[in-house]
This record gives sequence, C-alpha cells and structure tokens, in this order.
Amino acid sequence: MNDDSLLDLEFEIIGGDFNQAGRVSTKLKSILKEVGFNPQVVRRVAISTYEAEINVVMYARRGVLRFKASPQKIVIIIEDEGQGIEDIEEAMKEGYSTATDEMREMGFGAGMGLPNIKRNSDRFEITSEIGKGTRLKVTIIAGDGTRS
Amino acid sequence: MLEMEPEAENIRYYHTLKILEEKCQGRMRCMRKCPTQAIRVRGGKAHILEELCIDCGECINACPEGAIVPLTEPVEQTSKFKCRVAIPSPVLYSQFSVDIHPPEIIAGLKKLGFDYVWDVSLVCEAISEALRLYLEEHAGPWPVISSFCPAVIRFIQVKYPGLTEHIIPLEVPRELAAKEMKLELSEKLNFPLEEIGAVYLTSCPAKAVSIRQPAEKEKSWFDGSISIVDIYNPLLSAIMSLGEEEYKDDLDGLSAIGMGWKVIGGTCSFLETGNCVAVSGIVELTKILDDIEKSKLREVKYVEASFCLEGCIGGPLAVENAYVARVKTIRLEDRYGKQPRIQKEKVRKLYRKGHYFLERRIQPRPIKPLHPDIAKAIALMKEKEKIYNLLPRVDCGLCGCPTCLVFAEDVVKGLLNISDCVYNSIRKERSR
Repeated sequence: MNDDSLLDLEFEIIGGDFNQAGRVSTKLKSILKEVGFNPQVVRRVAISTYEAEINVVMYARRGVLRFKASPQKIVIIIEDEGQGIEDIEEAMKEGYSTATDEMREMGFGAGMGLPNIKRNSDRFEITSEIGKGTRLKVTIIAGDGTRS
Repeated sequence: MLEMEPEAENIRYYHTLKILEEKCQGRMRCMRKCPTQAIRVRGGKAHILEELCIDCGECINACPEGAIVPLTEPVEQTSKFKCRVAIPSPVLYSQFSVDIHPPEIIAGLKKLGFDYVWDVSLVCEAISEALRLYLEEHAGPWPVISSFCPAVIRFIQVKYPGLTEHIIPLEVPRELAAKEMKLELSEKLNFPLEEIGAVYLTSCPAKAVSIRQPAEKEKSWFDGSISIVDIYNPLLSAIMSLGEEEYKDDLDGLSAIGMGWKVIGGTCSFLETGNCVAVSGIVELTKILDDIEKSKLREVKYVEASFCLEGCIGGPLAVENAYVARVKTIRLEDRYGKQPRIQKEKVRKLYRKGHYFLERRIQPRPIKPLHPDIAKAIALMKEKEKIYNLLPRVDCGLCGCPTCLVFAEDVVKGLLNISDCVYNSIRKERSR
C-alpha cells in the first residue's frame, strides 16, 4: 500500500464533555466528502463515529479514536479508559442501556448506540475489561477504490 | 504536486445570478457570505463557480454595489403565448400595505395584462394534507425533510448528498398549481397546452433556477418567472388605479392556511404534532443537517426547512422586510379565518392516485472531489493539509478565497500558487 493514499488520523475524546461530542464525527465526515467517498459510506462513518464518541463521553474518562482510510476500506478503532462493559451480549441488544437519568434527560442513552454502530459497519469487533475500558474496531468497506 | 486529470464529464448548471463586472468593486462581501464557498475574487472581480452555486441569493443582499443581479424573465417575455397566466407566490400577498388585500392584488395583476391569475395558496393547503398522509404511512428513514425550498434541496444535493433520500417526494405547490392550471384552462378554453404560458412571481432566485432546471423532473410546468422586486412598482400602480367594481373582497378560491406556508413553521403548525421542527437560515440549517447525518435527531419525524430566514417571505427578491411580512401574513390569517378550504376526502383520493408526488426522487449532486481517483484524492488531501499549515489561518480573504482552507485547496488544484498568499509575502518581507 502506497503510504500517500492512506489517511491516518487520531483524535482525543474527553469523557463527560457532552458539548463537544460529535465534533470528531463532523470533522471526519467533511474530510471523506472532500476526498470523494460514496455518500452512503460517508453517512455510515458519520453515524458510527458519532455513536462511538457519545459512548466514550458517557462512560469513560477519555478515549482515542484512530481513523484509517484507504480507497478500499475504512477502519476505525476507538479505545477508552473507563468503566468497561459488564455484559457485552446484553449491551448489543437494542434498547439496553445503563445510562443514568441525567444522561437520558439530555437525550442520550436510548440503548441504540452499539447496535447502531454494528448495523452501519461491515465488521464489528468489541472487547472490554471491567474497570479498564472498552475497545471497538469498526470496518467499513468503501468499495474497489473507484467511484460508482 | 500531482497532475490534475481532465474532468470526465462536464455538466453545465444553469444559474440565475449574474455579476455585473462594471459594477463589481471586488469588495468580497459576497465571497464571505456564500454558504457553499462558490465565489472567488480574481483580478478584482467576483466570479461564481457554477458547480458549487446553489442559487440561494445570499450574495445578492451582501453586495453593497448591487452588482449581483438575478436573471429572471423580463415581463414581456411571455407575450408569445396566446394565454398568459400569472401564478403569484403567496409571498406577494404580504408585500403591500395591510389595506391592500389579496383580491385587489390579483385584480392588479390582470390589469398588468395577464389573462388569468392562478392562486397557489389552495394547493399549499392540499399539499399540507398530503404531507399529513405521507407522514402517517412513511416507514423511514427519519426524519423526513420538506421538499419545497429549492435552495435547501440543492444545498443537500451538493453538501449532504447522503441525505437526499430523506427529502419528502411530494410535489411543490407552485409546480402542482401550474400543472393543474394548464390542464384545466386547456380544457376550458380549448387551447393546446403549449399556448398557455405560466409565469411564477417569486421572492426566490433558486425557484427561478428550478423552473429552468428542475432537480426532480424533466421539465417545469412554468415558462418563466418574474421577481417580486421587478413587478412591484408596476403592480402597485395598477392596484392604485383599480375601481371598486374591478374586484370582490372575499376569499373565493384562496386559502389563508395556504398563505401561512410562506412563513417558516407554516406546515408544522398545520400538522399539530410535537415531533416536527421548523428551521430557517443557513446557520441553523447546517447544524440540523449535520445532526441528521450522524443520526442524532432521533425524536424528530419531520423537518420543515427554508434557506431564507423566516421562510420565503425572507427571500432576497422580496420587497417587504421579512418580519413585517410575517406579521402581515398572520393578519391575513386572522382576517380570513383558518377554516379549511379543501375537501380532505378529495385530497385523500388524489393522494392515492399519486397526484401529489414528484415525478422522480431527488438525486445527490456531490461536490467534485479533489481527484477522481480516491487514492490520489487522499494524497492531495494530505498535500492540502501541509499547505494549510503554512498559511496564517486568519481568513483575510486578500487572495480572493473565502478562507485559508479554500486557498490551500485551490493551490493543490493548481489554480493558485502558494506565493499568492499576501499575508505570507508581507511576513517574509518584514523578516528580511
């Protein structure tokens, strides 16, 4: 792989900062549009990174979002330092949420985050350690590198 | 730097905005105001990049010299038709003093030489009802976005191409009114369709474009448009010269509910449900589209969106102040009452037959990427970042680009040279 044709970016996400949540997603979206990825691919990246950001903001002290894009595929890795997920299988169910009342008041924590990320990705891997944090790896196939 | 490959396809976009070179002083107000960054100042004159322009008309009002003008039709343009029909946007009813009522305005238009004047407000009300039916049946994706503001449609096509499927596939009132008028009059007068000329009277440059180059069908039902600014003075004189016997002051064939469409929130208040939002103006519109794109707006089902602040009454080709026009529209509603003027059952039947639907869905029209090949585009993107980091990032605009980021882009595209940055040149000069 020619290095020049690979986008490799890294962003820090601060836990508890609801005001800034979504900033990374917006930034990535505008980069991908400019590069010329298929609009639906851009949309899927926007949704999954937004949900992942929100999860970090809600449940972790801090997190890092690493973003790699080649013409063929997009890989997003989000690692956070936080409480971790006790039961991943439960957490993947739509509507399941451990959000506090306060988070719900703000319109978050509907239990759609992880399922929504999974739905918008072609490969979805999740590992978590209680008290340490969670790692998500999302792969989105962008196509054969040409525009349709 | 990478070599730019020639463009594969060159679609020409029709626009209604024209910059008068002799008037343009290159003061960059338009460039800074343009929401799609479609204006550059080169050689002291503003230029519009066709591909990016969405005809919203923000630049018209921004120009202190009045150098940007809308290219709508001269009033005589439609004289070739046997039967000339004016279809005024309901905005027109809010442009005169409160003592001048819609029936007088309609009579005034006839005096100006139109054979018929066809009202849109009834169709607005019918489409509101169709919208209610659509929302009841639609299965997603949510939220849906209103289709009646052509600048919003073009903004979505260009800047949010992934959201075109959220646009409601319902026909816009003006087109439906023109279609109904032509079919009805052609039968009544026994004229072929092509001998009936329909002219839209509008406050909106984007609608004038959408008449010439519709996003959702092959051909518009209109034959031209006239801006409210252009027709205002002759129309006012015509109204003033009307005798009392020349019009009847009633709401026959008009709908006060429909008139409310032109003020932002019009359809939302008709629907009377809690999960609708009305947004107007580019700043709020951008925020809400960003939110929809990352699926943040979960509770909202319907977004009524207008590019102009306050809705069509805030259009750049209107005469009256938008806030005053808003109050006047409310007063019209008070005066005529908010009783329904349409038969819901009839609308329901026509809805089932597809009468209210667009001929085709709105397609994305994404901005041309940095390079047709994604791998090369990524390389250019990185090059652009490098250049951007060398720039002052104060967006002074002296290079003729609206921002330093756009400058960096124009450099990687080979349109400008890094030495064209005036700020950097001065910095170098000083450090010598």
